[in-house]
Amino acid sequence: MNAATLYGLCSAALVGLGLFGAIVHPQPLRKILAFNLLGGGVFLQFGVIARRGAAAGMGGDPVPQAMVITGIVVAFSATALAVTLLLRLYQVSGSATLSIETQSSSESDGGGR
Amino acid sequence: MTAAMVLDVGLALLVVAVAVWIVAAGSAFAAVVGFVSFGLLLALAWARLAAVDVALTEAAIGSGVTGALLMTAASRLRPTESRSAGERPGAFLHVVAAVLAVLVSAGLAALVLIPASPAPSLAPAAAVHLPELDVLNPVTAVLMAYRAVDTLLEKIVLLLALIGVWSLAPDRFWGGAPGLWPRSRPDGELTLLARLLPPIGIVVGIYILWVGAIAPGGAFQGGAILAAMWLLIMIAGLRPVPEIHRQWLRLVLVVGPAVFLTVGFAGFFLPNGFLSYPAQFTKPLIIVIEVVLTLSIAAILGLLVAGPPERERQR
Amino acid sequence: MRVLFDSFTVLAVSAGAVFFLAGTVGLLRFPDSLSRLHALTKADNLGLGLVVLGLLPQATGPLVALKLITVWLLAQLAGAIVTQLVARAVRRENQEA
Repeated sequence: MNAATLYGLCSAALVGLGLFGAIVHPQPLRKILAFNLLGGGVFLQFGVIARRGAAAGMGGDPVPQAMVITGIVVAFSATALAVTLLLRLYQVSGSATLSIETQSSSESDGGGR
Repeated sequence: MTAAMVLDVGLALLVVAVAVWIVAAGSAFAAVVGFVSFGLLLALAWARLAAVDVALTEAAIGSGVTGALLMTAASRLRPTESRSAGERPGAFLHVVAAVLAVLVSAGLAALVLIPASPAPSLAPAAAVHLPELDVLNPVTAVLMAYRAVDTLLEKIVLLLALIGVWSLAPDRFWGGAPGLWPRSRPDGELTLLARLLPPIGIVVGIYILWVGAIAPGGAFQGGAILAAMWLLIMIAGLRPVPEIHRQWLRLVLVVGPAVFLTVGFAGFFLPNGFLSYPAQFTKPLIIVIEVVLTLSIAAILGLLVAGPPERERQR
Repeated sequence: MRVLFDSFTVLAVSAGAVFFLAGTVGLLRFPDSLSRLHALTKADNLGLGLVVLGLLPQATGPLVALKLITVWLLAQLAGAIVTQLVARAVRRENQEA
């Protein structure tokens, strides 16, 4: 087994962990974190493909590498937008939950600001 | 088993262990701290996969800038944590999610273990025109020349995300300054750091941008370092957070994408199509575009961390 | 000469690794935040310092050596200030409790 295969298995585990966390965590911030974990796993998968495509005197295929750099920046933009939405939800409703029952109850006990 | 193999196995296990910690940690703040270390470990993994450009980006943006953003959010949302503890889904959903996650992981693992042969690669195609471009770092060449349209669209995504963040502000704060309050005493340690570090950090940021033509580095990594220096100065209170209606600020935000787009459209008339550079000016054009892009990237990243305006516009 | 340089590198980097190991054990085992910070600074200052010192003979030129030393100095600066900030936060929390 070479390094690329090893990190490939690692990336597969990361995708699974991220998916699990994004589904079971009730807190939206934890869902965002888990989603970033999933993204990290997918990016690492690209890295494995790039490493295996090493040719022409390069350590890895530069095309997937460039795509991952773009991807990391776009993932950051999406995270920033999601976090701001969440903070705004907290500001408006006094709670940061996606559950409909809890949200309506917190509105009725005057959680809004 | 060689020493390098031991290092790789240890690193891969550590990455997965920290990922488990992020999912299982008791508090959101602990999970965010785990996420920052996860990003740094992942950067090491990228370096082991011979992708140093990506390692730098992951460390600077994936771990550093994202970490700063999430840490602020976690401390602001701390009061909501105890309430959501009662909302954990039942055992049934846990089992379904676990089965789904294992299936996806197993599928990906199978794809890794049964590699395509020969491995697909665009490296030879990318290498063909490298001498003409006079850019020795193939990743920079792909970002700035072969797949320039991706890079351009990504700048637009960054700008759109910033507009989205700003538009979440209450109406009365529109045009005001983001809520990044100075948190340190004027004679405190943070102020000292904000005086000592930026002169070095700005030089390092520019160096990383410049060296991107021949070695790992480039506009994103350099821009992230510059953004970190700007945030440090603002958090220490040495310079105020700019109000978002400022003309100069908006100019800095759009100058990178605008120059990129202008050069792109000029490609229709001079060389042979959108985003193609005239042969004799390729290198200078790439440098000009990268310099203005770095400026815009630094400003956008900093303002995305600073968040929407939270103070009324001063008149 | 080469052998001398190489054995110096192995020795210094190993010594640095020992400090990192001790710092990590302290970080995991010490009872309160302040003593954990104390453990951490040893790894930062001495551990990284020894690793950098050990790598200096392997540097390909004076510029690379300068970069290595800069890395150590910057880690020192950031480490010292972050430690102060964490310690201050700990003291504030203790006073409130």
